[in-house]
Amino acid sequence: MNKTPLHRRAFLTAAGAALATPALAQTNAPDPLITKVQPWANGLGDGVVDKPYGVPSKFEADVIRRDVEWLTVRKESSVSFTPLHALDGVITPNGLCFERHHGGVAHIAPDKHRLMIHGLVDKPLVFTMDELKRMAGRVNRAYFLECAANTGMEWKGAQLNGCQFTHGMVHNVWYVGLPLKVLFERAGVKTNGKWVLAEGGDNSLMTRSIPMQKALDDCMIAWNMNGEALRPEQGYPLRLVVPGWEGNMWIKWLRRLEIGDQPWEQREETSKYTDLLPDGRARHFTWVMDAKSIVTNPSPQAPLRAKGPQVLSGLAWSGRGSIKRVDVSFDGGRNWVTARIDGPVMPLSFVRFYVEFDWDGRELLIQSRAMDDTGYVQPTKDELRKARGLNSIYHNNGVQTWLVRGDGETENVEIS
Amino acid sequence: MSKSRKFALIAGAAFASLAGAALAQQKAPAVPAAPPPAVQGAKPAAAPVTAPPMALGRLALPEEIAAWSIAVRPDGQGLPAGKGSVKDGEKIYLEKCGSCHGEFGEGAGNFPVLVGGENSLNKDAPIKSIGSYWPYLSTAFDYIRRTMPFGDAQSLTADETYAIVAFLLNQNNLVADDFVLSKENFASVKMPNATGFYEDDREKAEKHFWREPCMSNCVATPAKVTGRARNVDVTPEEGKGPKVE
Repeated sequence: MNKTPLHRRAFLTAAGAALATPALAQTNAPDPLITKVQPWANGLGDGVVDKPYGVPSKFEADVIRRDVEWLTVRKESSVSFTPLHALDGVITPNGLCFERHHGGVAHIAPDKHRLMIHGLVDKPLVFTMDELKRMAGRVNRAYFLECAANTGMEWKGAQLNGCQFTHGMVHNVWYVGLPLKVLFERAGVKTNGKWVLAEGGDNSLMTRSIPMQKALDDCMIAWNMNGEALRPEQGYPLRLVVPGWEGNMWIKWLRRLEIGDQPWEQREETSKYTDLLPDGRARHFTWVMDAKSIVTNPSPQAPLRAKGPQVLSGLAWSGRGSIKRVDVSFDGGRNWVTARIDGPVMPLSFVRFYVEFDWDGRELLIQSRAMDDTGYVQPTKDELRKARGLNSIYHNNGVQTWLVRGDGETENVEIS
Repeated sequence: MSKSRKFALIAGAAFASLAGAALAQQKAPAVPAAPPPAVQGAKPAAAPVTAPPMALGRLALPEEIAAWSIAVRPDGQGLPAGKGSVKDGEKIYLEKCGSCHGEFGEGAGNFPVLVGGENSLNKDAPIKSIGSYWPYLSTAFDYIRRTMPFGDAQSLTADETYAIVAFLLNQNNLVADDFVLSKENFASVKMPNATGFYEDDREKAEKHFWREPCMSNCVATPAKVTGRARNVDVTPEEGKGPKVE
């Protein structure tokens, strides 16, 4: 169970609050919320540093990460999901970024953390956190991080009712840190150094092999997310950032970078994170996250509340570059309109899209379809199944369908 | 000291540091052509830099590298000296691994299956065990040594790890009951699914996903709902949308 169980009543109350405004009809009876002095407009509120580290409004208590209990045996090796349906914009708040740990959250004091670079280098080096933060070349970058298993429960059909669960293993964060290139120049990579093994310092000692070209191209080490120190569950004090590539490679609690002349074929790149295809063979090193999009509103956890004007909203991203366009369908992919993108359009980062529409109460089959600047178009789920079968687990970027019923309730469905 | 006096001092200090920051920013080049020395910008009027640029970090010592560098590659690089028998492995496995992975490696609850699944990879319910799926034996040794048993990582000796791996090979019918696995004979064990993998070819195999998308009348027939998550009913209770009932 979640640590903060959400009771049905609480959810209804929260939803009811959202319902209040659109349900207001033209009336001659004055609104007591306006005509009467309300308690919050009369007495004093909380003083400063009542909460030295601020927290969300108590009316947002249902906006939390959630897990799916039957997925995993132990909380320490499990996953929680970002509540995408309750967020807007392109930045994911730190406390809501989905978690995936293999041995629980390690708590490492920054003065006890070390980063080692060794292997095929001129000078094997050890850095403290303080030294890393004194190095020249610091960068600020926003990137999405998507688990390769995001939407993995949906290969065989619609299974989970909520974009938090179907698509919530993704977040988008501003990172501050150093390009790997800076560290590698300092250590002096030998000419046969073609691969990097990144290793975490928690008890799972998570490892992944990364080609040197990618490492030099845009990988970075990060100690800061969205303006503050990394959260423990995101690898405090130091994590690897591997833009556009599957989240498992973004090693948390990063302690070691070994340079080698071939990949290490670790558990997470052989037994896991390989994509089994119908002929019994598997794709290996499927690092790039294909273009994907999801309508976050409406969605099963955020249904339509009233007829009339609506704002459809969603997110799109691509591991190959920038999102060029997002189309939305209301009739299950028969006809499409191009969505309005607002906010920054940056490569390997979330893009936010909107379609304003009037709803007359008819059933809708809502879909979104992302296109990136390489010309890749997000496929339908059936197209993906035709190409890969049902057992590849990872990299399910198929178009999602939401059924909006006449009463506004929204469901995860499959269509033909 | 009075409260107001204290406040004034703090405010004064804040202004001073702001002014200092602005000064430093002005003097720093807008776009440095080359990485500046690490200390530049901190104190514009400081004495000449004596250390070479970016001389941060120190040399890693051989003992430190040895302590952390435990990765094992398919070619055997990284294997420690040692050996272990199937027989010893069975004993250690039952004591330290069986409660999660099952007495015979069949997996318990949702913990991973380690044994069996031969010829299942192209079937409806593939079993991806060490024997049926893993392409390299080095991966098993590496993983067990670095992070098993769950919650007691890095507690196994090299000999214990060799023994557990030998036992798992035996359970997968890949070595005889009297087999002893060692650094020396490690490379002689071939995994059945070693050739079952190929490099990412999505850009070729899925070339048809790079296309001009259809915008209107894309499918002749109206869309029909063929499956509903609510019928599967596995969404966590807390996550369900409010029902109007």
